[in-house]
Amino acid sequence: MSLQDKYKALIEAANSGVSELRIGESEGVLHIQGTAPTADVKNRLWDIYGSIDPNFLTGDVVMDVDVAGAVEGSKVEVVTESSNLNIRKGPGTDQPIVGKAAKGEVITLVSKANDQWWLVRTNDGEEGYSYAQYLNPLG
Amino acid sequence: MTIKKFIPVLLLAGTVALTSCKSNVPDAEVKSKVEAVVTPGVTVDVKDGVVTLNGSVNSDADKAAVEAAVKALDAKEGVKSVTNNITVAAPPPVTPAPEINTVDADLQAKVVDATKDFPTVQTSVKDGIITVTGEIEKAKVTKLKQSLDNLKPKKTDMSALKVK
Repeated sequence: MSLQDKYKALIEAANSGVSELRIGESEGVLHIQGTAPTADVKNRLWDIYGSIDPNFLTGDVVMDVDVAGAVEGSKVEVVTESSNLNIRKGPGTDQPIVGKAAKGEVITLVSKANDQWWLVRTNDGEEGYSYAQYLNPLG
Repeated sequence: MTIKKFIPVLLLAGTVALTSCKSNVPDAEVKSKVEAVVTPGVTVDVKDGVVTLNGSVNSDADKAAVEAAVKALDAKEGVKSVTNNITVAAPPPVTPAPEINTVDADLQAKVVDATKDFPTVQTSVKDGIITVTGEIEKAKVTKLKQSLDNLKPKKTDMSALKVK
């Protein structure tokens, strides 16, 4: 079964819900990239992917779908597992921690240093870099 | 005198068909002949044997091919000349290929950040492939995969990762 067949449901969901969609196969891996309108749409894609390939063990898909609405000055929600989110002096885990944001706290996205690190400001005015995977844009 | 005048006209009129002295093919007939050889999307007008092509095709090659096909009909079939006004449509936007990061050093540095909150997993990067080993709770596996796929590697290999 080709990758396109195996992940037909995922590709269809991506086609209908994801903008700037890029889908391509390279060396036996299906790459899916794009921007979902909401975190819900993104999560649904991951649910579909996880149902086709439980625990993503096969490794034949690399899916990088971000969420629209994460523009400068917008609000983002902290979506850590349980702990506080570190806010660091610079974009990297080797950078000193200058602040924390609680799980569920809504803070401000100041700018994006790159895909992984965003400059944020807490409601207390603390400013620094946090890992983008733990920030959910509130569209 | 009449014959002298006639010779240059004859030479001008027929490049191939020297035998045809005069084109008496009605425009409507020429039109239907030309329409039979053009591609869909091309419209044909004929006036006194002069064929004008309008419409749109997908490439310069198609445009030239249509013109060549019409010119092949030649004067015998009533085509005196061809005016090619066909436009070439802009090609449909090509879907850009996905980006893939194959720079191991860059990936390696980013993997360190991406896996910081997953202390029970180990990673290695080679040829753009992130290989994940160790163990992880079921509830965290999607987050881990998302964090690693976000780096756009060639592949995220978690086949050796033990999910508890």
